[in-house]
Amino acid sequence: MQTNQLLAMFSGVLLLLGLLAFFLGRAKAARVRASGTAMYAQPDQYAWFAVVATAGPAITVGAVGAFLMLLLGAEIPTLYLLAGSLVIAAIGLLVGMSQVKPDFHARQAIERVIRWVLVAAAMISIFTTFGILFSIVFEALRFFQMHSFWEFITGTVWSPGDSFLAAAGRGDEGGSTAQFGSVPLFAGTFMITAIAMLVAIPVGLLSAIYMAEFAPSRVRTLAKPTLEVLAGIPTVVYGFFAAITVAPIIVDVAGFFGLDASFNNAVAPGVVMGIMIIPFISSLSDDVISAVPDSMRQGSLALGMTKGETIRDVVIPAALPGIISASLLAVSRALGETMIVVMAAGMRPNLTANPLEDMTTVTVRIVAALTGDLEFESSETLSAFALGLVLFAVTLSLNLVSVLMIRRFREKYRVNNL
Amino acid sequence: MRHSFDDISAQLHKRHRRSSRLKWISMGALGLAGLFLALFFADMLNRGLPAFQQAYVQVEIDYNEDARQMGRAALEPDIAPLVSRSFERLIPGMIRDNSDLLGTTETRWVLTNSEADQYLKGHRNSLSDDEQAAIDERVDNGQVALKFNTTFFTSGDSKMAERAGILSAAVGTVMTLLVTLAIAFPIGVMTAVYLEEFAPDNRLTQIIEININNLAAIPSILFGLLGLAIFINFFGVPRSSPLVGGMTLALMTLPVIIIATRTALRSVPDSIRHAAFGVGCSRWQVVRDHVLPLAMPGIMTGSIIGLAQAMGETAPLIIVGMVAFIPDAGGSFTEAATVLPAQIFTWAGEPEQAFVEKTAGGILVLLAILIFLNATAVVLRKKFERRW
Repeated sequence: MQTNQLLAMFSGVLLLLGLLAFFLGRAKAARVRASGTAMYAQPDQYAWFAVVATAGPAITVGAVGAFLMLLLGAEIPTLYLLAGSLVIAAIGLLVGMSQVKPDFHARQAIERVIRWVLVAAAMISIFTTFGILFSIVFEALRFFQMHSFWEFITGTVWSPGDSFLAAAGRGDEGGSTAQFGSVPLFAGTFMITAIAMLVAIPVGLLSAIYMAEFAPSRVRTLAKPTLEVLAGIPTVVYGFFAAITVAPIIVDVAGFFGLDASFNNAVAPGVVMGIMIIPFISSLSDDVISAVPDSMRQGSLALGMTKGETIRDVVIPAALPGIISASLLAVSRALGETMIVVMAAGMRPNLTANPLEDMTTVTVRIVAALTGDLEFESSETLSAFALGLVLFAVTLSLNLVSVLMIRRFREKYRVNNL
Repeated sequence: MRHSFDDISAQLHKRHRRSSRLKWISMGALGLAGLFLALFFADMLNRGLPAFQQAYVQVEIDYNEDARQMGRAALEPDIAPLVSRSFERLIPGMIRDNSDLLGTTETRWVLTNSEADQYLKGHRNSLSDDEQAAIDERVDNGQVALKFNTTFFTSGDSKMAERAGILSAAVGTVMTLLVTLAIAFPIGVMTAVYLEEFAPDNRLTQIIEININNLAAIPSILFGLLGLAIFINFFGVPRSSPLVGGMTLALMTLPVIIIATRTALRSVPDSIRHAAFGVGCSRWQVVRDHVLPLAMPGIMTGSIIGLAQAMGETAPLIIVGMVAFIPDAGGSFTEAATVLPAQIFTWAGEPEQAFVEKTAGGILVLLAILIFLNATAVVLRKKFERRW
């Protein structure tokens, strides 16, 4: 509580100093100018420079100090840190005021500061990627210290079982030892992704062909945003739809054919995920097909090919890199999809080729491991990060391949708007 | 080998048929996608609309001695099992607060429990035949009726389905999105301004660009892992709070805002920049006074779309603990809260039939807000879009 009050006081004083710097700087610059001396910048720009000189170093020192406290555990009393920052702010104020003189380029100085602030903002996205990478790798390494990497990649039994007892120091009491073999999880993920692609690629690609080649422009302007709605529906809603509506239908249909389906079967989340992904494929494929140069179509038609043959033998092969790129993005989206499978797929790791049985996926296990009441140090919790690492690596490579393919398409046909 | 004209025209016929078949099949695919969408909305409306109505019963409340201890004693024995326990619990308190009530009777409309509500709506329920008969009799007398469910909008989560509402989740959503917007909007716009207007075309710039595109495609659950490992475990931000949820979502929304802003900045013609430079503006003055104001509608549109996306996101918020049971809407950024999608997820896990309806009701509210947001974005774009 006291820290909060200190922070409030610090901000208040800093704000006052900043205002002081602004008005003093402007007054001084206006005075200099009124005396007839030509200046390089406007009074307001000197004023802003004084503000930057006051607040910038002070805030930097405060932030660096706070970061050192967190990162290295250095014991700097908050009071001293903030007081020190304020002293620096006061010094900055004096320096800023002394720079209010005719031969100082205040505008360029501000410009430099702004450029650095913008660079810092742009770096945040890089930090985010590294943050994800480090947080996952670091915890995953801790997991691999407890369980062998080889066993994790090739093992066929996933039973965290009594790992929570081990974490509680009661490892001897458990009946079975924990096994972290991720093959069943990847099999489930792969199965559900494959089903989703079986739905999404044909429907998405054919819709794109229709919109790009056949549809009148009025239909196209209407159909495209309508399809996009499918991508805008929250995944938690799809998950509910899959669990409550689609899964029972699948069970009924399977029962009609004399098959026994689980209510947590892999088909329901797969199909619903496929529906969700349709616009990802149709939208990008539509753009790519439309970007294929018209001269190719004209050449083909001039040789007497029908429209269908032109599309099949000329347009689609030309657009293929883009279409594959769209499909890879869709696969990466399906692999990482969480809510649909959490709500509609099973929890039991099950190595089977029958999509009517319940299967679980990587993302389901991540959620299950991190929402339980387990201690963070337990190997089950840490296993979530190991799974996350694999997921990160796979989706990253898919995205990169996809980007490379679309770039090749773009260079081949000199398209700029993709 | 020679073909007669008949052969060739027959072949041509076949080829044209195949061509038009492709047209019909591809049209069918688009139709199928549209059909999925229509079925989905029909199903959600069908399941969710009843949630906006709730059964009320007119009961005679007899404030007697027994009711001081046990509220149920104040109600007629045949209807008592059908009244919401949340109301029964209030009766002893009402007597304690106002002792004049003792010995009087009062007739008023009160909530029924969720089983009676489900029976009235024709859903699966666990009422016995006697209880069903009791309800049917009162329906005929006009003493049981479905009324608009205000509770759904004015109360937080509850374990009793008839008392459960979305208020605390809605408040949590607003607070989380405020944090998201406060972080993602300035950083996103600044990044885009740097990349479009300031950055030299060097290695670092390219890395930043690739990185942003890549961030947009990283599975959302990995952002949750980041939030858990870095924000919560390392920086010690309170778990389950709108602060940590908003920060996590901000990182996810960042690429959306950056990409939209860059497109908007790029659509501002260079002649504007040249003119401003020509009268002696510095680079920052050009951006601040001329380019950014012209690009603002595009930036707003992109931000609204990014916000709508963040609003529907659940997976990373589950990882950072925002699935807590929150009966009362909180007002603090550092206390545990929940958001609409997480509330939907929680309700979807409840075994009672009445919660299926609540879940779908919550979904309808969420979808309505999302449609509103996206429509606003479209209108903004239509209204302020300028072709140069």
